[in-house]
Amino acid sequence: MSEYVIEMLNITKVFPGIKANDNITLQLKRGEVHALLGENGAGKSTLMSVLFGLYQAEEGVIKKDGEVVHINNPNDANALHIGMVHQHFKLVEIFSVLDNIILGAEPNKLGFLQKAEARKKVVALSEKYGLQVDPDAKIEDISVGMQQRVEILKMLYRDNEILIFDEPTAVLTPQEIDELMEIMRNFTKEGKSILFITHKLNEIMAVADRCTVLRKGKYIGTVDIKNTTKEELSRMMVGRDVQFEVEKKPQQPGDVVLDVQNVTVPSKLHSNNAVKDVSFQVRAGEIVCLAGIEGNGQTQFVYALTGLDKMSHGKITLLGHDISKMKIRDRSKLGMAHIPEDRHKHGLVLDFSLEQNLVLQRYWQPEFQKAGFIRSGEVRKYAEKLIAKNDIRSGQGPITTARSMSGGNQQKAIIAREIDKNPELLVAVQPTRGLDVGAIESVHKQLVAQRDAGKAVLLVSLELEEVMSVPDRILVMYEGEIVGEFNPKEVTVEELGLYMAGAKNMYRDVGAKAEEKEGNNA
Amino acid sequence: MSVLADIISATIVFAVPLLLVAMGGMFSERSGIINIALEGIMIMGALMGCLMLRWLNNAVAAGQMAAQLGVLIATLFAGVCGIAFSVLLAFASINLKADQTIGGTALNMLAPALAIVLTWVVQGQGQTTILIPDWSRITPATFGLKEGSKFFGSPVVPQDAVTLKVQNDFLQNLFFKQTYLTTLLAVLLFAAGVILLYKTKFGLRLMACGEHPQAAASVGINVFKMRWAGVLISGFLGGVGGLAFTLAAGSGFQSSVAGYGFLALAVMIFGNWKPWSILGASIFFALFKVIGAYASSIPFMPQFKGLEGVSTYLYPMLPYIITMILLILTSKKSRAPKAEGIPYDKGMR
Repeated sequence: MSEYVIEMLNITKVFPGIKANDNITLQLKRGEVHALLGENGAGKSTLMSVLFGLYQAEEGVIKKDGEVVHINNPNDANALHIGMVHQHFKLVEIFSVLDNIILGAEPNKLGFLQKAEARKKVVALSEKYGLQVDPDAKIEDISVGMQQRVEILKMLYRDNEILIFDEPTAVLTPQEIDELMEIMRNFTKEGKSILFITHKLNEIMAVADRCTVLRKGKYIGTVDIKNTTKEELSRMMVGRDVQFEVEKKPQQPGDVVLDVQNVTVPSKLHSNNAVKDVSFQVRAGEIVCLAGIEGNGQTQFVYALTGLDKMSHGKITLLGHDISKMKIRDRSKLGMAHIPEDRHKHGLVLDFSLEQNLVLQRYWQPEFQKAGFIRSGEVRKYAEKLIAKNDIRSGQGPITTARSMSGGNQQKAIIAREIDKNPELLVAVQPTRGLDVGAIESVHKQLVAQRDAGKAVLLVSLELEEVMSVPDRILVMYEGEIVGEFNPKEVTVEELGLYMAGAKNMYRDVGAKAEEKEGNNA
Repeated sequence: MSVLADIISATIVFAVPLLLVAMGGMFSERSGIINIALEGIMIMGALMGCLMLRWLNNAVAAGQMAAQLGVLIATLFAGVCGIAFSVLLAFASINLKADQTIGGTALNMLAPALAIVLTWVVQGQGQTTILIPDWSRITPATFGLKEGSKFFGSPVVPQDAVTLKVQNDFLQNLFFKQTYLTTLLAVLLFAAGVILLYKTKFGLRLMACGEHPQAAASVGINVFKMRWAGVLISGFLGGVGGLAFTLAAGSGFQSSVAGYGFLALAVMIFGNWKPWSILGASIFFALFKVIGAYASSIPFMPQFKGLEGVSTYLYPMLPYIITMILLILTSKKSRAPKAEGIPYDKGMR
């Protein structure tokens, strides 16, 4: 038997206008975690889609256990025991967990579903691997981490031996990432082989055995993780040295730009408030970071701040103007820029072209319109300027639809648009989510450049590394309240973690609160 | 009592086409194809079904004994013709990725025109109505009951099929006044539809294609095939529903189904794309339609003496007004299949 369970030899895949994979070779050993590393748009997802049968390669062969196989659709892949967790989950929201798992491989008698049988198998699998799910819960009601478990169970249910994870950690909290790593290790102990697509170097160092690096569609090399370093991997990936530390000059904060007083936002999900009596200030020339675990009111606070949603109490002042009830465009005119958390929902119109997206907040300005008609020549010129300045890569330049661009380049486009407004206050919500190290470095540089130019920056982040390195001040949010304020130079990650988890509170005795809670329960 | 029996039987008879056609729409939309062509499919089904009945009547002279067999044949023929007509929609919207609303509208315009032409071709210039043979209705005679024999203890009264004389026997009014084979078929088709959608792997896959076709494709489901199946099922049910409507309306086929295809669309939306809710919605709608029609003979309905205009116009408007109010109240919970109307594209994420 061949040493390699899957070999992809000299794969070339061409899309209109772009060579997504150019002569790439990838060999996966039995029982290993093999990382596939590359920047956004390097061709990782395309290569995996070829292996999974969603695309057919123009050139090259795929071998399973040393024999050439042809994979023309996901059914072929499934027959070869290849399974995949897609970056964008392939789950039917209104179906139950169980229905999603069995879809396409339904146990049936004469076409009639045999769900009892399926349920038994799913429950057994979820117990065996510690993947707790409620088989009857609807997908739309469960968390993203839980949805990923469903995707993993889908593979296990089909007895897949080769598991492809396409950027599985991009949507997870730090705790969920640790759990996932543990689950991956358990799989390899059983002889399953894992292909792990990512651009997070820490995760590769923690869990992978070997790593293949791609850059701009080309094969760069395969290395043993034992004999390499983070620095070397990132050099292979980006093609140059990458700085992990964020360089900042010391700076004296100036006048107050943003003043938030007693802001309370009601929750859409429960009767409790999502944001409770939050007050703080952001000054010119400083980066303030709102840190916390996902779902502690940061999103709702930003919605209220940027005007996407209403608040029930409090007052927000921007440069001395009360903006609490102001329209979004007026806030933007006053100097607020917003890099939204959900770039598909609030950042871009996905089916518009890149150039239309770049003038989304400015098309009404005299520069871009005359008597209600868009001056398309000006729009094109402006878009080309921003694209060149920010290195936004896409298939067809300004006329590319935003939907067809990679996540990293979509984000670059949003950041370019927002920063080009020359805002007084930049609200950046998880600006590096799903980006690779090269792109993260450039985003951080841009945030610091804003600060150095004397602008105020409010950063909302879940990534501890980012929280520790970028801001001048950290505010920790827990259950809708600010529970602590820190100088990143004087606080440890562990200390911060305790506040994020609600174990400590600077302004209140946490013990008393716990008792109060118990009292309520009784 | 006889008014009550009339209302119940009329409600059922009007609910049947709505139910069938709305179920058809549901199958299509849950596979991801908006089927606005239901009206046209109904017309084609009704036309071909009526022509079949006419031919059976003239050429074969289907007698009283084989009458219901004749109706069954005509019904199946209507369904098959509905399928044939829906192929146009399926091909345009699935294979050619045409806009589904425009494709459906085109078919709706094509159907009545085609129906008039075919009616004239068969019956001669100017003969716009295809009459339905008397024997298509279920009467005591269908069960071999003769005049004077007992039906649940009361003597069978002769019922003139044309004039529908009002009888005073509750059960006979309920069962024999306006009952057609299509009513029984509708019950069977509804049950089959529920089972097909919820209990089979076909149904699970169909619904997945209407919600998230990329997810369905990623587990090896052929989205094109499932969508074709969805549209063809709607063609069958639409065709049968068309004939059911024409039988219920009683006055023969005149190249129209009076907007029932669109009403069925409303019923489907009101029923939230779910079979049991669609059943409820179609009965509800039919009931208000019948109450509107019978208002003057129901003792407890206010008659607005001296303001005849009010009751003449208000009651027939009832079903539409009530539906609008209910749609407003329930629209928050209403949820269309997520991917409906969007041609399936492999590359989209």
